[in-house]
Amino acid sequence: MLKIKNLHASINGKEILKGINLEIKSGEVHAIMGPNGAGKSTLSAVLAGRENYTVTSGSVTLDGKDLLELSPEDRAREGVFLAFQYPIEIPGVSNVNFLKTAINETRAYKGMELVSAKEFLAMVKEKSALVELDAKLANRSVNEGFSGGEKKRNEIFQMAMLNPKLAILDETDSGLDIDALRIVAKGVNQLKSPKNATIVITHYQRLLDYIVPDFVHVLYNGRIVKTGGKELALELEEKGYDWIKELI
Amino acid sequence: MHQFEYLKMENKKLEELQQVIVQPSTPKKDQLLETFKSLDFSVEGEYYQNLRKEALSEIERLELPTSSTEFWKYTRLGKIVNKKYQVVKGMINSIQPFLIPNLEANIIVLVNGFYNAELSTIKEQEGIIVLSLSQSKQNNIDVLKSSFNQYTKNRNELFLAINNAFHTDGVFIQIDKDKVAEKPYHIINITTQDHSLTQTRNLFVADKNSSIKIIESFVNFNGKENFINSVSEIVVGENAQLEYNKFQDKEEENYSISTEYVYQKTNSHFTINTATYNGALVRNNLTIEVDAENCETNLSGLYLGKNQDHTDNHTIVDHKKPHCNSNEIYRGVLDNSSTGVFNGKVFVRQHAQKTNAFQKNNTILLSDDAVSNSKPELEIYADDVKCSHGSTTGQIDEEAVFYLQSRGVSRKSAINLMINAFAKDTLEKVSIDALHNYINTKIEERFA
Repeated sequence: MLKIKNLHASINGKEILKGINLEIKSGEVHAIMGPNGAGKSTLSAVLAGRENYTVTSGSVTLDGKDLLELSPEDRAREGVFLAFQYPIEIPGVSNVNFLKTAINETRAYKGMELVSAKEFLAMVKEKSALVELDAKLANRSVNEGFSGGEKKRNEIFQMAMLNPKLAILDETDSGLDIDALRIVAKGVNQLKSPKNATIVITHYQRLLDYIVPDFVHVLYNGRIVKTGGKELALELEEKGYDWIKELI
Repeated sequence: MHQFEYLKMENKKLEELQQVIVQPSTPKKDQLLETFKSLDFSVEGEYYQNLRKEALSEIERLELPTSSTEFWKYTRLGKIVNKKYQVVKGMINSIQPFLIPNLEANIIVLVNGFYNAELSTIKEQEGIIVLSLSQSKQNNIDVLKSSFNQYTKNRNELFLAINNAFHTDGVFIQIDKDKVAEKPYHIINITTQDHSLTQTRNLFVADKNSSIKIIESFVNFNGKENFINSVSEIVVGENAQLEYNKFQDKEEENYSISTEYVYQKTNSHFTINTATYNGALVRNNLTIEVDAENCETNLSGLYLGKNQDHTDNHTIVDHKKPHCNSNEIYRGVLDNSSTGVFNGKVFVRQHAQKTNAFQKNNTILLSDDAVSNSKPELEIYADDVKCSHGSTTGQIDEEAVFYLQSRGVSRKSAINLMINAFAKDTLEKVSIDALHNYINTKIEERFA
């Protein structure tokens, strides 16, 4: 589904990603771990199309389509979803209203019929229940006044509404207590299907107890330096990132 | 009710008037005052004529403001004062384009500063006087006499003095003690024809325990480079509630200066909402004198500038007595080469302890050429008060735009969603649903 080849990216002239290679197939869950400053968040930002990063070489394709050529909204419409590490508060813009716009613009992009009010309401009801997000919160301004846990649940709620092919969860566990972590993980697991794939970016192994990865990649200094199964996460937890540094 | 009628001016009076005007002053001021030469107010009672005369002597003393006049620093009047105008009765066949959908209201129509009885529909309600100002003067109504022109004398503002001296007509509304207005009063203040000059003058008086809502639409029909200089005096009596909604939706070639003086008595509530959509030059001077305890004051304003629009809101809230609250929020969205000016002064006098006064001005600039000048000011002489003021000017939050884009919303839709939210939030104190919807629709039309 997703093919990243020799991806180099920089910000303000400083190279952060120094040749990433990664292939993700439908139905898979990949974890990307690594120390601070390794380039984890840069990778997610580049995939989602954040403008301040410059891709200097390499390619990224989603089902054969060149992602790097697309605007952020078109990437989303093609099925890329980024759950933000720090979800943005947008005062006055209603959560459900903007999701309706997002769904309808995506449907228009794909030449599909627009969502009816009834269908949409049913979706909101079903998906908000999935992450135990209060219907009132779903209707409020985007993330405004939400607690840290509510913001992360709202990310997964949006993911459920948009039903992406490829979900990238950027440090979704940061700032979550154990209960919130369980709810978020439960939501992600329920959305898993043989047709979609998930990238979980995290610092800690903890989240991977709940969202079990098929592959674990260690990102260090802008490159994937080690790949393994879920047991690699445990090994990392035990030995720390210094162990990786010694490996190189 | 009759429309304002011209009567031949007695020669003697004309001479008097000219003598006053021909005093040494700048040619531009003279040119502006020339506009009113043909006006005749001799039909008015002596009392009202004397008020006009007093204003004339004030005009004599005052000069046209320049950019070195602090109060007019960011608004140059060249656009207005370099032109010649005429006071003309305009013709309007229909007010249909200016009606607010689904609004059930009494309609009062002013065209170029003259009352139009044919186009007005006022349902009489016991305890409420609604008359054209000229008619009210003729009827010699006591309440009119006791309040009219009482708050607008000697304020050292030339345009106010000019209105004091030369206003043509306007609306007088007085609501009796304990009465609640059944429907809002919608004044449709229309300007028409090129180079016309309009001077409307309103007085609204709400007596003890009464409640009333007023809307005034400032609109234009087929007229370029015309100028309206309007004044309203508003007296909110003890425990009374008055909401005044100003809806300024003229065209890009129209000029407006408007002045409101509001006087609040004990326990009164006053709310003013100002929505400004267009105008080559729009200047609003709002002064609210809170001269009694336990008052509530809300001032909100939204201005949407495009092309060369220039919108300037100057507000003064003067807290003179203790235990009062005021909330002020003005927001602007400025596109192209438009300019927004905000100057908000809040005075908290020495005796006004326990005052809560909050003021905010937020502006979004949508283009590199748009300009915002913001000057929030607090002058506090009491020591036990809660006051704050703040001003922000910025671009649309790019992080938020990216967040929305990353969900599949186009960049344009994302920006519009955010502007809509920002703008709609401003005028939430409008309590008339139909008007609120109309204002929101106008915002959506602009940012669709």
